[in-house]
Amino acid sequence: MLAFSAFAIGLLFGGGLLLAGMANPAKVRGFLDLAGNWDPSLALVMAGAIAVAFVGFKFAKRMPSSLLHALMQLPGKRQIDKRLLVGSLAFGTGWGLAGFCPGPAFVALGGGSMKALIFTLAMLAGFAIHWGIERK
Amino acid sequence: MAIDWTNFTPWSSLTGGMLLGVAAAMLALLNGRIAGISGIAGGLLGAKSGDKGWRLAFIGGLLAAPVAWTLFSAAPASKIDATIPELIIAGLLVGVGTRYAGGCTSGHGVCGLARLSGRSLVATLTFMAAGFATVFISRHLAGQ
Repeated sequence: MLAFSAFAIGLLFGGGLLLAGMANPAKVRGFLDLAGNWDPSLALVMAGAIAVAFVGFKFAKRMPSSLLHALMQLPGKRQIDKRLLVGSLAFGTGWGLAGFCPGPAFVALGGGSMKALIFTLAMLAGFAIHWGIERK
Repeated sequence: MAIDWTNFTPWSSLTGGMLLGVAAAMLALLNGRIAGISGIAGGLLGAKSGDKGWRLAFIGGLLAAPVAWTLFSAAPASKIDATIPELIIAGLLVGVGTRYAGGCTSGHGVCGLARLSGRSLVATLTFMAAGFATVFISRHLAGQ
């Protein structure tokens, strides 16, 4: 049941990315190009997503377990450290370079893009590098 | 700065964003998990066997979305300007960076901000600034 709902939610999430224009790297880079012809669309993606998710998390925070009886696993981390900052800098640099972040990369890969496949394989290698260094 | 009115898609972007919000809320309410794609996919490494199914299913949903989309209408525009070496470097940076940061655009940018997390706000401002700087350098200084 948890896998079924995760698949349906992944499908919805992917549809949201496609409709929003997030699965189009040229559009993402148009948003990141403040000094050129700036496309503000992605600010509205963020605003719409955060506003709706805010309501959902307001309820989720008060629930000891999920509606499908899974443990409620919301992050409790608060510290702002070097890992958060350096990791975010590296991520943002890669995001700006290709116009892909993880979700849209999977969606574009599902659409059959060869370039998305190359990006996704490199991203998975990045996950593996982190895991290789940090696993205990 | 000039606003790119021809490519600005306020309604589809706002609606698409709201769908992302609905999906993030549903994953929390139904599965008790954060809809952070780097965490869901990267967390497959070292996950216990019972914790893998939902992760793979969610990624399967993302992969299936464009297939489902084309059953009802034409595939939306997607243009990737980056070269192959750029895609490889960018992919590695995104993979390693998001895991050290503990989240990406979805985990920190959407879910974290919606939970009013200060840590996620710092992460989001940092990766946005790096994204703005990278596009500025590659388009306006390096002249691509």
